[in-house]
Amino acid sequence: MSPSSPKSSRKSAGPEAQNGDARQTASPIAEMIHSKKVIICCGSGGVGKTTVSAALALSAAKAGKRVCVVTIDPARRLADAFGLEALENQPRSVAGDWPGELWALMLDTKVTFDDLINRHSANEAQAQAILNNKLYRNLSGALSGTQEYMAMEKLYELYNDERFDLVVVDTPPTRNAIDFLEAPKRLANFLENKIFRLLMMPTRAYLRAVSLATRTFLRTISKVVGAEVVTDAVEFFHAFEGLEEGFRQRAHRVESLFGSDETAFILATAPKSEAIDEAMFFAKRLLEIGLGVDALIVNRVHPKFDPGPKSVLAGLDATWPNTDGERDLAASKIDAKGHREASDAKAMISNWLAIRAQNHAEEELLAVITKVVDPAPVVKVPLLQEDVHDLAGIELVAEHLVDTQT
Amino acid sequence: MDAVEFSRQARVVIVAGKGGVGKTTITAAFANMAAAKGVDTLIVELDGKSAIPADFGLEGTLDYEEVVLREPGDSLSAQMGECKARVRARRLTPDDALIEYLADHGMARISKRLASSGVLDVVATAIPGIRDILVLGKIKQLDLLQSADLIVVDAPATGHTMGALSSAFGLMDAVQVGPIRLQTSEVIEFLGDPKRCEVLLVTLAEETPVNEVAEAAFELEDKIGIKLGPVIVNCLLPVCGVELDADGEAAGPGNTSGLSMKLPSSSALQKGGALMGLKLSSADCDLLSNAMEFETTRHALQQRQLARLSELLPLPQVGLPLYPTSKMDPAGIGFLSSKLEEAIAKMEPR
Repeated sequence: MSPSSPKSSRKSAGPEAQNGDARQTASPIAEMIHSKKVIICCGSGGVGKTTVSAALALSAAKAGKRVCVVTIDPARRLADAFGLEALENQPRSVAGDWPGELWALMLDTKVTFDDLINRHSANEAQAQAILNNKLYRNLSGALSGTQEYMAMEKLYELYNDERFDLVVVDTPPTRNAIDFLEAPKRLANFLENKIFRLLMMPTRAYLRAVSLATRTFLRTISKVVGAEVVTDAVEFFHAFEGLEEGFRQRAHRVESLFGSDETAFILATAPKSEAIDEAMFFAKRLLEIGLGVDALIVNRVHPKFDPGPKSVLAGLDATWPNTDGERDLAASKIDAKGHREASDAKAMISNWLAIRAQNHAEEELLAVITKVVDPAPVVKVPLLQEDVHDLAGIELVAEHLVDTQT
Repeated sequence: MDAVEFSRQARVVIVAGKGGVGKTTITAAFANMAAAKGVDTLIVELDGKSAIPADFGLEGTLDYEEVVLREPGDSLSAQMGECKARVRARRLTPDDALIEYLADHGMARISKRLASSGVLDVVATAIPGIRDILVLGKIKQLDLLQSADLIVVDAPATGHTMGALSSAFGLMDAVQVGPIRLQTSEVIEFLGDPKRCEVLLVTLAEETPVNEVAEAAFELEDKIGIKLGPVIVNCLLPVCGVELDADGEAAGPGNTSGLSMKLPSSSALQKGGALMGLKLSSADCDLLSNAMEFETTRHALQQRQLARLSELLPLPQVGLPLYPTSKMDPAGIGFLSSKLEEAIAKMEPR
């Protein structure tokens, strides 16, 4: 094979592709990086969402943007990939040779929640009462949805931070990714819980308003887990009085930001049926609530080794080598060397056929979801020869994202 | 080790691992294998959304009520192999467990209404881990009732599972008296009893999944004291149609595939092609070489990760080949359950 063999063609077109001449149309992702202020990267677990988010941010920094990527993944993969010891709840700068700035932060749900309480409480006493409450401590650490809600609060804070042109958010790895969008409403409902509000009323009105069932229930809860739990809850809602309105308003502002032209939703998936099923579900939900998908990124697509229509390989079907081929081989009188050559060829052609079969299966899967997200562009990131776990790997993915040949 | 012995080591087997590694597929394959050996099996699925029904050729999602997925003489034998016992499946979400708990405590009539009004959320928040404990408590009860010879639990992603299992210990501190405390101490006892409960970790032979499974294994053993079964390494790449086992035997080029380590030259490949009745152009040869190089590089990477896994985690490895499909179906589960049986047969008895 000569040094100019097409071997490297499956690697990316390289950085020069980004600085192409003016006639070259920008890739949909490059376009998005230029025009949006917020990119939300959604998808189910295990599809490489963290890698895709990091690659998006890196592309933006390479395009001269000041970008911050928010990750919520407890596995600290992003910190590892960016060569940081750890990520904190405040943006940290990632050093590298690019015209823009790349910042990263890992969401700390509890610290974010504490900050909010401190910032929005009427006074120090109210803040302390909330922060010391047992229910609050559990709420800030454990309630499912709190993490998603805090991700949004953080997003909103960074969006308003003048240091950044663009914020990329890697959503929590919920199996059902839609939780992310519904979380603020859930937390708001929780904070506005009517029954506890009614319990706090010191008048006889509560006796009429609280149903018999609820009172029975609370009495039983007290018996089962201790009266303390009920007292804590009542105290919490009491201390929280007046704050829930602010929470609701911010949730509302984030909702409008999501609906605005400044925000893009990117759906990350992998060419596996479960991942595609979840992505379709999510795409449909996004459409239902009027948000829509701005781009679909399919990660780890098998590369194609296309022989062109004239090649004999193009004519082989999946059952090759069929019995005729095997019989021909058995019938021909060949020496040991010939046998080796034949079995090598057979192995290599079978390998190629297996990859082609994989290509076909993936195409079938992608055809359906492409229709669902239409007219959003579908960007494929090939399965690379190396697993992505460092900056070099992320750079390779980034190059594929902004590559115009999608 | 014998598949029956393997299936009867503990009544409850929790299948755990990070998202996307194929926990549900492994759950289905394990259940199918056990049933083929006459072990009556119940699949318990914790989030109400899994692909278990599709794995056995059914539509929809699992319900709180059990469904029978397989029974002796059923029509799935052609795809999934004969079975000698039933496979049943049910859902058990935290809300199911909480409502059932309340029903058992004399609040059947109002439990559903309370769930929808949000009061249960407040209670569950006030007592972190209560949902997890109720789910584990219910699983423990299924064990005590001997609901099946084998109960396979399809757990949520590692992070959640770890939180759920450790919550038992948190609750022991938080709740000092009453029925919840009793429930908690029973769950702790159950988790620590190797005859009743073990965890089967699933991973892929890739950098991050390998790191995460090792972390999870140590945490499970140290913090919770739960017994660990072998590590299942899913989706191993075959090379040239040769399937690989986890220790890399029969590995790739130059070995049983008959392919030399160095890729053949174009002329050798053309000769070989001609013997197989194909006239390969030199462009075809380049293409085949590129495809082969891609696959062998991926494969070498996989072998390195398997070696790292052995180094990080001194547990037996059970390798399962990648099933070449984009949609898992009964035939795929049947294939994987037979592969699982083969891999288990190679394991040393402990």
